[in-house]
Amino acid sequence: MALVIAEQVRKVYHSGETEVEALKGVNFRIDSGSFVSFVGPSGSGKTTLLNLIGCLDAPSAGTLTVADTDVATLDRTSGAAFRGQQIGFIFQDFNLLPVLSVFENVEYPLLMVKKTSEAERRERVMALLAAVGMTEQAIKRPDQISGGQKQRVAVARALVTNPKLVLADEPTANLDHETAFMVINLMKQMRDQFGTTFIFSTHDPRIVGEAEVIHCLEDGILKGTELKGGAA
Amino acid sequence: MGNIIKIAIRNLLRYKRRTALTATLVTLGVVFVLVFTSIAGSFKNMMIGQITDSMLGHLQIHRKGYVAAIESLPLNMNIKQAGYQKLEAILKQEQGIVAYSPRIKFGAMFSNFMETTNIRLNGVDPQQEFATVPLLPDRIVSGSKTLKKGQILVPELLAKGMNVKVGDTVVVVATNQSGSVNGKQFVIGGILESATGPGGRDGYIHFDDAVELLRMEQPEISEIAVRIKDFGKLHKLEKRLKAAVTAERNTLGAPLFELHSWEELSPFAKIAKMLNLMTVFIKAMLIAIVLISIMNVMIMAVFERIREIGTIAAIGTPPATIRTLFLVEGLCLGLFGALVGNLVGIGIVLIVNLMKLTFSFGQQTGLVLKAAIAPSDIIMVSLIVVVVSVLATLQPALKASKMEPIDALRHV
Repeated sequence: MALVIAEQVRKVYHSGETEVEALKGVNFRIDSGSFVSFVGPSGSGKTTLLNLIGCLDAPSAGTLTVADTDVATLDRTSGAAFRGQQIGFIFQDFNLLPVLSVFENVEYPLLMVKKTSEAERRERVMALLAAVGMTEQAIKRPDQISGGQKQRVAVARALVTNPKLVLADEPTANLDHETAFMVINLMKQMRDQFGTTFIFSTHDPRIVGEAEVIHCLEDGILKGTELKGGAA
Repeated sequence: MGNIIKIAIRNLLRYKRRTALTATLVTLGVVFVLVFTSIAGSFKNMMIGQITDSMLGHLQIHRKGYVAAIESLPLNMNIKQAGYQKLEAILKQEQGIVAYSPRIKFGAMFSNFMETTNIRLNGVDPQQEFATVPLLPDRIVSGSKTLKKGQILVPELLAKGMNVKVGDTVVVVATNQSGSVNGKQFVIGGILESATGPGGRDGYIHFDDAVELLRMEQPEISEIAVRIKDFGKLHKLEKRLKAAVTAERNTLGAPLFELHSWEELSPFAKIAKMLNLMTVFIKAMLIAIVLISIMNVMIMAVFERIREIGTIAAIGTPPATIRTLFLVEGLCLGLFGALVGNLVGIGIVLIVNLMKLTFSFGQQTGLVLKAAIAPSDIIMVSLIVVVVSVLATLQPALKASKMEPIDALRHV
C-alpha cells in the first residue's frame, strides 16, 4: 500500500526576479514499511522533496499525497497537527533541545503534540531509549553525549509518537563512517521493529547501499529507481 | 502547562547572566515604585490627616454661596435653625458618618487690656468638634485639652504676639449681623499650635459663648464639619450626601445649601494630586523598564533559538503552543522580578520605619514618617509587571509562532 504518492510534483523558488525550479515534475510511490533513500548531488532537490513529503512546504504544482492526505490542503495549524501525528523527523544536526535531558527530548512530542498520559509517556520513552541503546544516558543533557548518541536520541524522538513515516535529511552527514553505519542500521532495525516507513536523503555513497529502494535525483528530475534485496 | 513552565524556566536559566540582569531591572523598578508609593503615600495621608483631622473635617456643609465669601466670614450667610435641623436629619440618616460639628465662624477683636488685634473664631460644641476633628486636642500645646464655657483657645502665634498665656483673662469684641457690638471676657484655656491650611490659625470658643457674644436669638450655623467612617469611600458618600443636601431648595427652586469635600476647601489637595500624578509617572517608568528590558531579552531569545523553533514546529508543536512557550518565559521573568521586588520593597519600607525618619509640614515639625505599603499597591504593581511582561513578550512570541519551520530550520 502506497504511503507517499507524488504525481508531477514541481517546486519553484522565487528569489527576487530569479526563478529556480528545484523539482521538475517528479513522480514516485513509496510503500508503507519501506526503507527508502533519495540520493543525488547537492542541489539535486533531495531536501526540497523531503520538505514537501514532511508537509513543511507545499508543491508549486502536481499532487503529493502523504498518508492519504494532499499536503497542499494543509495550513500552518493543520500541517503541524498532521506532522505531529503522522511524521517523525531526524535532522542532520540532530536538533535536540539543549535545555531538555535525553529522556525529556524523546518525551517532548508526547507532551506537546500528542498529549499522552504520564505513565504511557514514561513507558514509551523508556522502551524507545532501550531500543536505541540510550537508557543509561536518559538523564544527560545533549551537550553531555556524543554526536552518534545524539542521533540515536533523535531516532527515538522521531519514533516516539508512533508515526507512519520518518523523514531523515542527511542523517549521517555530521557523523563519522562507523557511527553513520550504526545510525542507518538502527533506523533499519526500528523499521523492522515498529514497521515505520523511513525515507532518508544522502549523498554519501558509502551508506546509500543500505537503503532498500534508492531514488536518484539530479537537477530536480528523478533519474531512476533502484530496488535492492528485500524491497517490495 | 506545568511542562511549558518547566521548559520556559530552563530556557531562562540557559542565559543566566542575561536573565539575572533583566530580572534585576524589573526588581529595581518594582522596588522603586513600591518605596516611592509608600513614602509619598504616607506623606500624603499624613498631610491630609493633619488637614482634615485637626481643622477641616472630611466634608463641610454651608449655606449656598458661603464658601465664595468665606474670607469675610459673613454672618448674614449663616444657616438658620430650621435649615440646620433639616441638615441634621440628613446627617443622622447617613450611616457612613461618624460625627459632625456645627460651627459659628466669625471675626472679632481680641484684647489683653493693653493691646487689641483681630482674631478669627469658631464657636463649637467641644464634644462634637473633638469627635469630628480628633487631632484638634493634640494641637493644644499648653492648657487642658478641653474647651469649657467661658474659655478661649488662642492660636500660638497670636498668644505670643499678644503676650498672653493660659489662665489669662482677655476680652473678645464682635459685631453681630445687625451691626451691634458686644464684648465678653474669656479665660485662656489653651494655646493652639498653628496648623498649615485654612482655619489653621483660628481660635475656638464654646458654641454657647458664640451665641451669646453675637446676641443670636436662635443659634445660626456658619458651617457643619463632617467626619466619615471610611476615608476611602469619601467620594461615594460625598456624592450621596450632596444629592440630599442640595435637594433642599428655596422658594425660587435654587439650592439652599452647598457641600464641599476637604479637597475643594484646601489648596493642599493640589499637592496630594501632584503626588498622585508623580506616582502615576513612576508607574509609567516601571512599565517602560519592564517593557523594554523584557522585550529586548525575548527578541534576543527568539532570534537565538530560530532553529529550535523550526525543530519544535517541524515535529508538530502547534503554533499556539510555541507562542505560549515564549509568553510563559516572559511571564516568568516578570513574576520573578515582581516577587523579589515586592519582598525587597517591603524590606526597605520596614527599614525606613525602623529609622523613624521625621519631616516638617508647615509649622508642624517632627512628624514621624510612617511608610506603609497597601496590599492594593502590591497587587497593582505586580499586575502591571505581569501584564506588561506578557505584552512585551507578545511580539517576539507571535513572531516565533508564525515562523515557517522550513525557513527556521535553514537558519544558520
